[in-house]
Amino acid sequence: MKKTFKMIDLDCANCAAKMENAIKGLDGVNDASVSFMTQKMTVDADDARFDAIMKEVVKVCRKVEPDCEIVL
Amino acid sequence: MTRKQKKTLRRILFAFALLVIAALLPTIWLPGPIPLLSEARDQNGCGAYALARWPLFLIPYLVIGWDVLWKAVRNIKNGQVFDENFLMSVATIGALVIGEYAEGVAVMLFYQVGELFQSVAVHRSRQSISDLMDIRPDYANVERDGQLVQVDPEEVQVDDIIVIKAGERVPLDGTVLEGASALDTAALTGESLPRDVEAGDEVISGCVNLTGLLHVKVSKPFGQSTVARILDLVENSSEKKAQAEHFITKFARYYTPVVVFAALALAVIPSLVTGQWGIWVPRALNFLVVSCPCALVISIPLSFFGGLGGASKQGILVKGSNYLEALAKAGIVVFDKTGTLTQGAFSVTAVHPEEGMEEGRLLELTALAEQFSTHPISKSIVAAWGGQPDQSRAVDVEEIAGHGVRATVDGHTVLAGNPKLMDRENIQITTSHDHSGTTIHVAVDGKYAGHLVIADRPKEGSAQALRELKEAGVRQTVMLTGDARGAAQAVAEELKLDGFYAQLLPGDKVEKVEALLQGKNPKENLVFVGDGINDAPVLSRADIGVAMGALGSDAAIEAADIVLMDDDLRKLPVAVRIARKTLAIVRQNVVFALGVKFLVLALSVPGYANMWMAVFADVGVSVIAILNASRMLRAK
Repeated sequence: MKKTFKMIDLDCANCAAKMENAIKGLDGVNDASVSFMTQKMTVDADDARFDAIMKEVVKVCRKVEPDCEIVL
Repeated sequence: MTRKQKKTLRRILFAFALLVIAALLPTIWLPGPIPLLSEARDQNGCGAYALARWPLFLIPYLVIGWDVLWKAVRNIKNGQVFDENFLMSVATIGALVIGEYAEGVAVMLFYQVGELFQSVAVHRSRQSISDLMDIRPDYANVERDGQLVQVDPEEVQVDDIIVIKAGERVPLDGTVLEGASALDTAALTGESLPRDVEAGDEVISGCVNLTGLLHVKVSKPFGQSTVARILDLVENSSEKKAQAEHFITKFARYYTPVVVFAALALAVIPSLVTGQWGIWVPRALNFLVVSCPCALVISIPLSFFGGLGGASKQGILVKGSNYLEALAKAGIVVFDKTGTLTQGAFSVTAVHPEEGMEEGRLLELTALAEQFSTHPISKSIVAAWGGQPDQSRAVDVEEIAGHGVRATVDGHTVLAGNPKLMDRENIQITTSHDHSGTTIHVAVDGKYAGHLVIADRPKEGSAQALRELKEAGVRQTVMLTGDARGAAQAVAEELKLDGFYAQLLPGDKVEKVEALLQGKNPKENLVFVGDGINDAPVLSRADIGVAMGALGSDAAIEAADIVLMDDDLRKLPVAVRIARKTLAIVRQNVVFALGVKFLVLALSVPGYANMWMAVFADVGVSVIAILNASRMLRAK
């Protein structure tokens, strides 16, 4: 399943790249993309565990930029 | 400016005032020594104690830098060591420790100014791009119980009737039932000429109704409407990243740690050798400031984003930065003929009567004989004649499949068709012309009377588009067509194409494209341009598939990588130019940013660069790179 989320206060382009890498490394994530310009994140992950995976995604993003909020 | 940005601006001004005060304040004498806060000074020849300068500078430093320090601490806790907050903190604290108070505060201040500027610039470009793409309709007027109410376009169902007033945006695709108006399609196609619509015409969501009141029967739900599809496509386009973007984020991953370790080495090794810590540590601090990768990382997606936005303003939808990047390297452009280079409509290009027959008479007889046929060729003959079809003048009309038509017109037996028909009727073709296009031979009363030439005319802008493509650096232009060789050759010669392949079946087109792909230079890309009908396999096989005239054609939007919203081939060279310009800006930014950074690094080692230059190499460069990238928004 592929879903797009809006991000609020994604302030730095390098952080976006770091988040993207971190999300791609998560178990069950097939592909991910974080766009600094559109302030959006697309996650392609296993259907069955999608919600659990999204929790992980939020966690790793918070590590990179704690001020950035993901609108789920 | 957003509220957050305004707050930062106030903080910067406040800190700047404090810094000026701290720098200008006269020496404050103390009655006695206070640990840490006082320093021994010479006052009129006697030893005395004065207030140390560092607490005075610490105030503006904390005002301007507390959030950077806080973020640095927090990120280290999260395992993100090499982020810019940490690097700035270490560099400025280092400056304070070695006694460069004013410099330490000023660097932090300058850094914050740069960050603010960067955030404003990015915000602006983001805003102007989303304004460009502002085609989403807010509401639809639906008649409910005799009253016109505004509803969300998503709630409107197929076959509902919506009312569009002058000045409103068409919310959903549909057919006009009542009313006539002019529609502004500029937001979708970049075409400034309004399009006239009247009852029976289709209207496309996203256009703006300029003049009249329209009643429209909805043909598609909002989710499948043109505007929803376009928005979807545009919004997802930043997902497909260009190689340059991947390269730079990868580069940033290694660049920062390498520079940080180089800084460490520069601080420690020469100092151990020479013992001059006071010289080498400040030089190393410069390294830390320069090691932030943000200028690089920000300017590249911004340039691509600007390129995508600039293109969509021209009615060119590019489905991702990677396609823009690929298009910049377009070397071979392959065109489908019908509907792409040519109008896809037949017209009579020549009338050649034999001796004893007149041009007008020949056309009239043929047109009357052909008037019942629905074949496009027959229609073009009737159109060329221009007279009123009169069914009473033609009797005994017989269509002979694969041959032509036989009819009695005004008492004369007229045969019109291909050479096979003439053969069948034992009529000698007494002309030896070899024409481009389709030839219709005509015999009257058993005698050869002449022939008409029917061809598909090139589109108005085709020749110009091909010329401009060559100017934009395309090496080879090739046409593929299912048409006969003669017809293809004529078009190829008229448009000055480099090559053509005729009489191809749909499957052959894929093979030809494969062959061209094999033969091309590995550094260049092959672009296929089609109208999106029947050529989906070729579109997907080419390096870049371009569909044109896609307004309203779902299949084309689906299959292509780049979509030209209207029928104008001249948009293709525009797209190539935008792609090249985007890539040029990307290159400029990378070279400039890296160049300045490496220069400052190199100058820092022998001590020629101070921390001011280092901060410029960080935020100054990123601001310049952002301004450079924002040029793409005005690209033509």
